[in-house]
Amino acid sequence: MIDKKLIGYEFKTVTLPVEEGRLRFVAKAIGEKNPIYSDLKAAKSAGHPTLPAPPTFVFMLEVDAVDLQDLVQLFGCNLGQLLHGEQGFVYHAAVYAGDRISVKKKVVDIYDKKNGKLEFILTKNDFINQDGVKVAETTTNYVIRN
Amino acid sequence: MSKPSYASVQVGDEIPSLSTEPITRHTLALYCGASGDHNPIHVDIDYAKESGLDDVIAHGMLSMAYLGRLVTNWVSQESVRELKTRFTAMTLVGDTVTCRGKITEKFTESGENRVRLELTAETPREQSLVGEAVIALD
Repeated sequence: MIDKKLIGYEFKTVTLPVEEGRLRFVAKAIGEKNPIYSDLKAAKSAGHPTLPAPPTFVFMLEVDAVDLQDLVQLFGCNLGQLLHGEQGFVYHAAVYAGDRISVKKKVVDIYDKKNGKLEFILTKNDFINQDGVKVAETTTNYVIRN
Repeated sequence: MSKPSYASVQVGDEIPSLSTEPITRHTLALYCGASGDHNPIHVDIDYAKESGLDDVIAHGMLSMAYLGRLVTNWVSQESVRELKTRFTAMTLVGDTVTCRGKITEKFTESGENRVRLELTAETPREQSLVGEAVIALD
């Protein structure tokens, strides 16, 4: 069983650059054909300063900030047991190529179901840009298969 | 894009759906690299089998990104206030993903007119994600 003492654990804040090339790669990987997500000219014509990050992008920063291998190790599990249970995003402001986003990740609950067969790790994450603006919040619920 | 207005939409309205091409191993390799989710269970069949699965499984967040596309095809991203999903079944290689959204509520919050959309993603076998989005409309 995962140590419940880890409830309240805060990961070290990590600040990450949002790279234009990464956003193009993401657009390709998710099949996003709207040119504002990959073509700087199209983005600017639509009124954006640079390429905007698509809605699920901050989760990618979350994974960059806390490597999944390190995450499961902290909980004494391995990657093969890890599933994604639920994911929520709340948006406050846009994220653009060129931003530097600080990711603050915290464990807010650990619980189990089916007599411990499934364990759940609930984390909350804040994303703060270079101007100190909280651009997004996420709630990430991981499932560990025992 | 003709922008939907708060007055023009009704509870029960469906937004235009989105269906993907079948997911290939290449799709998953691209998403692995781009997303930073390098869990081998999505790209390495040997690892997936050692983990008790028959084959690799698609990233749940890839399907959630498709739901994001569904929503931003309907309204511009600046209008999206919330997006959340529960992953209810695995998505496998060869699956198409069909995303749908339906308006379930019209309400006012933080001085804005908003709508709540119920979102679903389905593989040919079953529902794989269920969730909702909150959108601000003029």
